[in-house]
Amino acid sequence: MRRRSSTRVRAAVLAARLLCAALFAFPLLFMFVSSLKPDTDIFKDIGSVRAFLPVGDISLDNYAGVFDTVPAARFLLNSLGISLVTVALGILVNSMAAFALSRLSWRGSRLALSVVIATLVVPFETFALPLVWWVDKLPWLTMNGLRLTWSTGWLDTYRVQVIPFVANAFSIYLFYSYFQSIPRQLDEAARVDGAGWFRIYRTVVMPLSGPAIATVAILTFLPAWNSYLWPLMVVQTEELRPVMVGASYFFQLKVHWGEIMAYSTLITLPVLALFLAFQRAFVNSIASTGVKG
Amino acid sequence: MRMSAKRTLRWGVAAALVAAAAACGSDNAGGSSGDSLTLWTHNAGNPQELAVVEQIAADWNAAHPDKKVTVRAFPQAAYNEAVVSAATAKKLPCILDTDAPTVPNWAYAGYLEPLDIPDDLLAKQLPSTVGKYQGKTYSVGYYEAALGLFARKSALTAAGVRVPTLEQPWTGAEFDQALQKVKAGGKYPITFDLGTGDTGTEWWTYGYSPFLQSFGGDLIDRTSYKSASGVLNGDKALAWATWMQGLVKKGYSPQKSSADAFADFVNGKSAMVWSGIWNSGSLSKVDDGVVLPPPDFGNGAKVGGGSWQWAVSSSCPDKATAMEYLRTSLTAKNMAAFAQKQNVIPASEEAAALVPGWQPGGEKRFFLDESKELAMVRPPTPGYPYLTTTFAKATQDIVAGGDPKQILDRAVAEIDRDLKSNDYYGF
Repeated sequence: MRRRSSTRVRAAVLAARLLCAALFAFPLLFMFVSSLKPDTDIFKDIGSVRAFLPVGDISLDNYAGVFDTVPAARFLLNSLGISLVTVALGILVNSMAAFALSRLSWRGSRLALSVVIATLVVPFETFALPLVWWVDKLPWLTMNGLRLTWSTGWLDTYRVQVIPFVANAFSIYLFYSYFQSIPRQLDEAARVDGAGWFRIYRTVVMPLSGPAIATVAILTFLPAWNSYLWPLMVVQTEELRPVMVGASYFFQLKVHWGEIMAYSTLITLPVLALFLAFQRAFVNSIASTGVKG
Repeated sequence: MRMSAKRTLRWGVAAALVAAAAACGSDNAGGSSGDSLTLWTHNAGNPQELAVVEQIAADWNAAHPDKKVTVRAFPQAAYNEAVVSAATAKKLPCILDTDAPTVPNWAYAGYLEPLDIPDDLLAKQLPSTVGKYQGKTYSVGYYEAALGLFARKSALTAAGVRVPTLEQPWTGAEFDQALQKVKAGGKYPITFDLGTGDTGTEWWTYGYSPFLQSFGGDLIDRTSYKSASGVLNGDKALAWATWMQGLVKKGYSPQKSSADAFADFVNGKSAMVWSGIWNSGSLSKVDDGVVLPPPDFGNGAKVGGGSWQWAVSSSCPDKATAMEYLRTSLTAKNMAAFAQKQNVIPASEEAAALVPGWQPGGEKRFFLDESKELAMVRPPTPGYPYLTTTFAKATQDIVAGGDPKQILDRAVAEIDRDLKSNDYYGF
């Protein structure tokens, strides 16, 4: 009797899981299947199960159209580079800032932490325009032959898409919270062995912060990959644009939905692959730090 | 385990620094330099039109090697944001294209310079391809666009309805009767698709304000440009709003169309669809497809006028060259090239004569004649961005079934408040 009821519960749980999986998978399936159909077929099939099936006039024409309309490979490469560099620098800079706030005792550290946390409530859109003005005034060192010279203005470069997003209040707070949970006795033991602050950061605290690093990496990567407004405002050269700006190439007066679906498939694949590869670390980090993106 | 984590961290830091150095070193500054002018266009993602823009620039560059023009293309959906950001950083290009209704706002904001183009050259243009504000010309286009009522002739014939012409469009009553009869035939799930699936603000104004103007209303009082009172909430505007709402209430139009109403029309889901010349190339997929003028609701049939036009920025260090570029590029050959590559109306008769189908009697001619006779430009005021947002929101609320009087009164109050708080934008 008990076995029968537990089988029923298991079946119900499985059904619920399948339903959830289907709910999340169907938009992706629709996107992929539609990327293989001409526009008229996409709209003809909507409203029936055919919308999720590769039936009718199936071809890779939309993918060919994508590469005719946008330099998709270039945009993908740009986004990959920008996102990875932002993640790598973000982990370094934000963990160091959090370490200083968590471990170093200095006057005003609590106030500094409060100010950092307070910046979380300011939406990016409110200071985006002033930021454009500022980045155009910033200096940069460039090689001119064998001479180093100063230039002014970061507009229309890769660095303007990376550096403003390296320091991140949320990442600092995440690292800070995690560092607080690491016993200070470990620092003290290292100090007895003659370690300085940087060595403690490098050899004691960071190696124990895997889940926090994974969370920050993922939470930094996604907005960097999805960034749209900022590159639109600061980048004018096509060769420097990221994938999301490329998506807006397709919204002309005559919209080609099949090509949009093909492009969406292409730009979703790297993120999906990344998620599948780091699925376990992602779930663990979300569970251990209690945040979600 | 710890050693491996340490090594990973070390490699991570090293990789970050190397990658950062690589990223930051990939410098590619934009903007104008001493011997070249930069030109911005909204055509990224539209290779046909971009090819013509690039060809015009290439022709110029061949003739003026000391004053070359560099083309930078942006996606249309994000173009205005890019221009406004560049204006903030004082990095506007010398030559830029702009959607016609935006011109007064950018002129008022000081982004644009009045154009120095001879009147005899401008006189050849379709009036709606010249962007004016406060009596000065700020922009000029190589082409125009227009809307039309795309229909299946068989649906009209079966319903026993007269096929309207530009000379004799349907009256409001005739159109209502046509809708009634086609719907009664029961062949099409949608009788008349307004295309409400397009959530872009400008479509709602470009597409539906001509109906309001045909009823006798408008977005703003064009005698003073200081209030919308009376024109957007008067009896005529109320009649328009009731009619728009009635299309949905009577089951002629869906409250929200699909994302591509024209594809539905091609697939036989609708008998008629309100759409633009950009879809006319797909009309051949419908055996008996025709393009008709909009109905005349009492104040003349109307369509929206003003498409993409070209301007010179006020911050351009070499305005004379930029003006010369525009002046010399306004040739029939260039205008014809745009009309050959895509579905747009050539901006002059001279250009129309060069493109098959656009001559009098040609199969595309309808749109040129319609544009000449029925086009009404959107209100040339710097307050237009607020007008269009408010009007689009009001129209969406009306179509969704809200109380037309309340919605229009609220829209008028909001528009008047904006006009007042901006000192009536210089009017």
